[in-house]
Amino acid sequence: MTRTRPLTDLEILARMWLIRAFEEKVSELYAAGKVAGLIHLGIGQEGSAVGTCAALGRSDYVFGTHRSHAHAIAKGADLRRLMAEIAGRSTGYCKGKGGSMHISAPEVGFVTATGVVAGNIPLALGAALTSVTRNEDRVSVAFFGDGAGQSGPFHESLNMAALWKLPVVLVCENNGYVEFSPLSAHTVVERLADYASVYSIPAVTVDGGDVLAVRDAVTEAVDRARGGGGPSFVEVLTHRLRGHYEGDPARYRTLSEREEWKRKDPVARFARHLAESGVPPESLDDVEAAARTRVAVAAEQALADPPADPAGVTGDVYV
Amino acid sequence: MREMLYAEALVESLRHQMATDERVHLMGLYFLGLTKHRAIMARLHADYPGRVYHPPIAEVGYVGVAIGAALAGLRPIVDMATASFMFQAFPQIVNEAANIHYMSGGATKVPMVFHFNHGIRGGGAAQHSHSPQAMLWNTPGLEIMAPSTPRDVMGLVNTAAASDNPTAWVDHVRLFDTSGPVPDDKDFSIPFGVADVKRQGGDVTVFASSWMVVRALEAAETLSAEGIQAEVIDPRTLSPLDEETILESVAKTGRLVVVDECHRRCGVAAEITAVVTERAFGDLVAAPIRVTTADVPIPFSPPLEQHVEPTTDKIVAAVRAVTDSAAG
Repeated sequence: MTRTRPLTDLEILARMWLIRAFEEKVSELYAAGKVAGLIHLGIGQEGSAVGTCAALGRSDYVFGTHRSHAHAIAKGADLRRLMAEIAGRSTGYCKGKGGSMHISAPEVGFVTATGVVAGNIPLALGAALTSVTRNEDRVSVAFFGDGAGQSGPFHESLNMAALWKLPVVLVCENNGYVEFSPLSAHTVVERLADYASVYSIPAVTVDGGDVLAVRDAVTEAVDRARGGGGPSFVEVLTHRLRGHYEGDPARYRTLSEREEWKRKDPVARFARHLAESGVPPESLDDVEAAARTRVAVAAEQALADPPADPAGVTGDVYV
Repeated sequence: MREMLYAEALVESLRHQMATDERVHLMGLYFLGLTKHRAIMARLHADYPGRVYHPPIAEVGYVGVAIGAALAGLRPIVDMATASFMFQAFPQIVNEAANIHYMSGGATKVPMVFHFNHGIRGGGAAQHSHSPQAMLWNTPGLEIMAPSTPRDVMGLVNTAAASDNPTAWVDHVRLFDTSGPVPDDKDFSIPFGVADVKRQGGDVTVFASSWMVVRALEAAETLSAEGIQAEVIDPRTLSPLDEETILESVAKTGRLVVVDECHRRCGVAAEITAVVTERAFGDLVAAPIRVTTADVPIPFSPPLEQHVEPTTDKIVAAVRAVTDSAAG
C-alpha cells in the first residue's frame, strides 16, 4: 500500500473548494448551454467526498455513482479531463463515451461510476475480494445515496461483505431526498446505519457538514478493513444544495430547509473552523481563489478541446 | 486424441485454467447443474478451496462481486446454474459488465466469464428453462459462446479465459452426457468467431448451436437415408458471429433452415435469417425456414414441452419442406 501522507487542514479545505468551484462551473456552463445531458451535482456534499477520500491512499479503490464529480476530484482526478468528459470532449476521461455519470479514472483509484442506484456496491465488494486474494491491503469504498438503502443489491452486498469479511467501506451519503421525494416516503427506517446492524457490520452516523468528523469515521473504518476486521458502514448526513439534476427546480424542498443547510454548508463551516483556529483570513481566501483559478483554467482548456469524434464511436465495445 | 464426456471436458478445461492462471477464480459451484456428473466438479472445488466461492442465493450481488473482481484484475468464472436465474443478475451483466469498458473509453476492462445452463432440460417448466442468448446478443460488449461438443467446450473455455472481454458461456445440461474426441493438448484453443462445419452436405444448410447441433445432426442422418444431404453449421460463438462460413454454405446449397432453442420472435434464428437474406438473397432458391421454440412460456408436462421445443422430427420436416419448394 502506498499510504500517502495525510492531508493538512488547508489541503482538505483546498480540495473542498476545488469541488465547490468545479460544480458551480458545471452549473454555469449547463445554464449557458455549453454542457448538456443529465448532470447531477454534489454541491453541499463536499464534506462527505473529501472527508472519505482523505482517509484513503491513492491505490485504494473508489466506486462512484451518478453524482460523483466530487468523489473523483476528492480521489485526485484531473480537473481538465473531468470537465472535458462532462462536456463530451474526446480528451475526457472516457473519450466522451461515459459523461457525467460514468467517470472512470483508474490511475487514481477511481475505478468506475454507475448510473444505476446501488449497482456499484457489489463491484466495490469484488475489488475488496481481489485485495484479500492477492494479500494486498487495498481498501474498497462504495459511495451511494439514501435511495440505495431500500434496494436488493444493497442488502445482498451487505450480507456478502459481512459473510466474507471483505475490506470494504460502505459510505452512505444520506442527503434526505431520494430523487424528488423525502426518504420517509421510501422507508420507515430513519437511521440507515441501522441496516448494517442486521448484518453485524459496525456502523456510525456522522455529520457530513463536518469534514474532519467524516475523515475520522472513515479512517477508523479503513483501519478496521486493513486490519482484517471486515466491512464498515458510515452514514454521512448531508444535503445537496442543488436539485436532483441540473434543471430540477427542487420545489419539494422548503425554503427554511434550504436556508438551514446553507448555514451548515461544509465548505464555509470548515473555513470558519480554521479561522477560529488561528489561520489568517487571507490564507483562507487564497485557498478559495486558487481553486477557482484552477477550475477556470481547466474548464477553458476542456472547452477548447475537440468534441468527441464519431469515427471512434464503435471503438472500445470490445478490448 | 482422447474420448471424453462433455461434462468431463468441461471440468478438465476449468481445472486447466485454475492450474495455469492464478487470476482465475470460480464463483458459484453448479456448472454441471444437478446432473450425476456434479461429483467431478466437487473434486475441483476441493482442490482449490481458496479460489472457489459458494455465494448466497443472491445473483445480482455475487455476479456484481465477480465483475468488481475482474475490474481489479482477477479473471472470475461465475456460474448462475440455470439460465433463468441469470435474470436476477441481468442488471449487472448487461448494464455493468457489458458497458463498463465502453463507458470508460477503454480505461477499464472486465475479463470474466458468465456460465449458465440454458434451455429445456425436461420438466423445468417456465421458470427453469430459458434460452436467453438472443437477449444477451442484443447487448453490445458481451461475447457469447455456445459449445456443442467436448472438443469445442475445451477450446472455447481456453479462449474465453484468456479474453479481456466479458463472455457469456451458454451451456446445456443435455450436452453433458454426450461424448467425443478431445485433443491431448490442454492449451488447445478455438478462436472466437470461427464457425465449424459439423457435417458436410450440398442440398441444404442447417444452422444450429449448443444442444440443437446434436438434434440437427440426428436429423441430417435421417435425411441422408432419404437422399437429402444437409450441411450443419455450428457457429460456436454468436458474438462474434462468423457470417462468412454461413454464407459460403448457403451459396452452395441455396437453402437454409435455422434451428434454435430461443423463442421465435427476435430470436437467434430471426437474426441469422436476416443476415442471410440481407447479404445473400440472390443465393437463396427458397425462403428460409426457422425451427424454434414456440412463443409460449415453457410448459411442464412432457407432451406439452415436446410440442413447443425444436425436436429432431421438426428439423427433418423443415428440411423436407425447404427442399421440396422451388427447385434450384
